[in-house]
Amino acid sequence: MSFHDVYNQLNPDQLRLEINSKQQSDVEVALAKTKLDINDFQALISPAAAPYLETMARRSQQLTRQRFGNTMQLYIPLYLSNKCTNICTYCGFSLGNKIRRKTLSMEELDQEIAAIKAMGFEHILIVTGEADGTVGMDYFREVMPHLRKHFAHISFEVQPLDQADYEELIELGLNAVLVYQETYQREPYARFHLRGSKQDFDYRLDTADRLGKAGVEKIGIGSLLGLDEWRLDNLYTAFHLDYLEKTYWRTRYSLSVPRLRPCEGSFSPEHPVSERQLLQLICAWRLFKPELEISLSTRESARFRDNVMSLGVTTMSAWSSTHPGGYANRDESLEQFSIDDNRRPDEVAVAIREKGLEPVWKDWDTSLSA
Amino acid sequence: MLTIANQTFSSRLFLGTGKFRNRQTMLQALEASASELVTLALRRVDLNRDEDDIYTPLKASQVNLLPNTSGARNAEEAVFAARLAREAMQTPWVKLEIHPDSRHLMPDPVETLKAAEMLVKEGFIVMPYVHADPVLCKRLEEAGCAVVMPLAAPIGSNLGLSARDFIQLIIDQSRIPVVVDAGIGKPSDAMLAMEMGADAVLVNTAIATAGDPVKMANAFRQSVIAGREAYEAGLPGKKYTPQAEASSPLTSFLDEPA
Repeated sequence: MSFHDVYNQLNPDQLRLEINSKQQSDVEVALAKTKLDINDFQALISPAAAPYLETMARRSQQLTRQRFGNTMQLYIPLYLSNKCTNICTYCGFSLGNKIRRKTLSMEELDQEIAAIKAMGFEHILIVTGEADGTVGMDYFREVMPHLRKHFAHISFEVQPLDQADYEELIELGLNAVLVYQETYQREPYARFHLRGSKQDFDYRLDTADRLGKAGVEKIGIGSLLGLDEWRLDNLYTAFHLDYLEKTYWRTRYSLSVPRLRPCEGSFSPEHPVSERQLLQLICAWRLFKPELEISLSTRESARFRDNVMSLGVTTMSAWSSTHPGGYANRDESLEQFSIDDNRRPDEVAVAIREKGLEPVWKDWDTSLSA
Repeated sequence: MLTIANQTFSSRLFLGTGKFRNRQTMLQALEASASELVTLALRRVDLNRDEDDIYTPLKASQVNLLPNTSGARNAEEAVFAARLAREAMQTPWVKLEIHPDSRHLMPDPVETLKAAEMLVKEGFIVMPYVHADPVLCKRLEEAGCAVVMPLAAPIGSNLGLSARDFIQLIIDQSRIPVVVDAGIGKPSDAMLAMEMGADAVLVNTAIATAGDPVKMANAFRQSVIAGREAYEAGLPGKKYTPQAEASSPLTSFLDEPA
C-alpha cells in the first residue's frame, strides 16, 4: 500500500468539475462546520469562496492562534549546491541555465554555518539541486555532523532518496524532509521536467511513503503554485495528506505554498496565482486542517508576508540567500529564483512582534532525536 | 456493506449474549436485531454438556460467532482462552477482552496490545476491546487487528457516548473498521455513533436487560440503519450566520496598491 493506490483512483476531470461546481451554499456549509472534510475543502478553494475571504481569514486566524499560540517559527534555508542534472523549465538551477555552479566545501559550509548562527537561527533547511554524483549520500554523510553540531532542527529539501538513505540520515540527525510533487498531474509534470531523474514522477510521488516508513519526524508536502491548476493540485495534496496522516500517524506534517517567481531562464507561470488566491488557499488549508504547519517563504513580498503572517501561517523563513555560500559572501549570480522579502532576520523578527507574535528560533532539541 | 477480514456484513449491529434471561429471548432478540455477528464468552460455554444454554442455540442459528476472552486478566490468559475458543468453536475470530479490574471491567491497554500481537501472529482475526484511546487504536491497527472496539462508556453503564470526542478522533484516523463497544444505553446512542462514522456498534446490556428485549433489539436495528444512512448521506452543518461587519480589516490590504 502506498499513496499510489489512492492516487490511481482519483479522476482529475471529475475533481476539477466538482471544485468548479461548488456554490456559495457549499461554502456556507463548510464555514458553519467545526470539523471539515475534503468536500468542504473543495468548496473553500473553489471560486465560489472568493466573497468569503474575510470570514475565512478570521476563522483561520482564530484556529491558528488556538493551536499554535501567538508564535511564529523561524528558519533559514542553506543552499549547499546549485549543481543540477535535471532540466526543469521553471527553475534557475536547471541544467541548461548559464549560471556559475558551486558546491560548498566543508570549510565553506562552516563559514556559512557561522554566519547563520550569528543571526540566531537554530532551525535550518538544507537545499540542493539534484546531482547525485557530487551532492549525493556521500556528500550528505560528510555534511550532517557539521550541521548536527550547530542546529537544533535540520530539514532537507533535496532530491528524493531511498528509504535506507533516509534511515541513515535520520540516524545522523535529520529531522524533516520537504518534498514537493510540484504538480500532481502527469502530463504537465512531464512537460516541465525534461531531463534527469526528476522526470520519474512515480518515484517522487512515493517519496513521502518512503519517509513515513523510515520514521522521519516531519514531512513537508505541497505543489508549486503556478505550474498547473493550483486548486486541483492542492486538492490532490489534500488527498495525499489525508492518506499520510492515517498511515504514518506518528509523523508531523507541514505544507508549503510556494508561488513561482521569475528566475534565470525567464519562465512565466501558465497558471499564475494572485495574492488573493494565495490567501484563500492558506485559509482553506487552515480551516480544513487546524493542526497542520503552514510555511510561507521569502518568495513572497514583505508587504504580503506582514499582512498574512497572522492569518494561518506557522513557519516563516527570515532572509534567504538562494545561492551557495551566500550568507558568508554575498554574490547574486548563482541564485535559484529571486526572493522578494529581502529583510534581514532581525527586521523580520521585529515585523513579527509588531503583529503580536513571538518569533521562535528554537523549538526542538537534538536530544529528542538522539 | 461492512467488510471485516474478507467477511461482509449487511448489518452493522453486533450483539452481546451474556445477559439475556433465557435462550429463547436471546434468539428472538437476535432475530429482531438482524445482527450477523454475536459475541459470547468462552467461559460461558460448557463443552462437556451436550447442550449448553448459549453456544448450542447460537451455533444452530447460523449466526457468525465471535468468542471473547472475557475473564482473562493478562495477555497470557487471553491467548490461552483464544486458542481454546478456536478449538471449541472452530473459528479464528476472537474478541480480545482483558480486564484485570473485576469491578469496572476496564480493559488493560498494555496487555491487550501484547496479546493482539501474539494472536495476529497465530492467525487469529483479532477484535480488541479497548479504551477510546486514539494512539492505542493506531498501535493495534499496526499490530494487524481486524477492527478496533473502543468503549463508549464503562461497560454495562448505559451512559452512552461519554468518550465521544476521543471516539471521533479514532474514527477519523483509523484505516480499519471501528466498532463502538460498551456503554451504549439506548438506540439514540447507537445512532449517534453511526452518524459519527462508526462502522458498527456492539450492544448487549441495553437490549438484554430492557423491559422487552425483542422490541428493543428491533429498535436498535432501525437506529443503526438510520444512523449509517445519515452518515452516508452527509449530515448538513449548522446554519451559516454571516458576521455583520462593514469593513474587511484582515484582507483589505489586497486591494491596496503594492
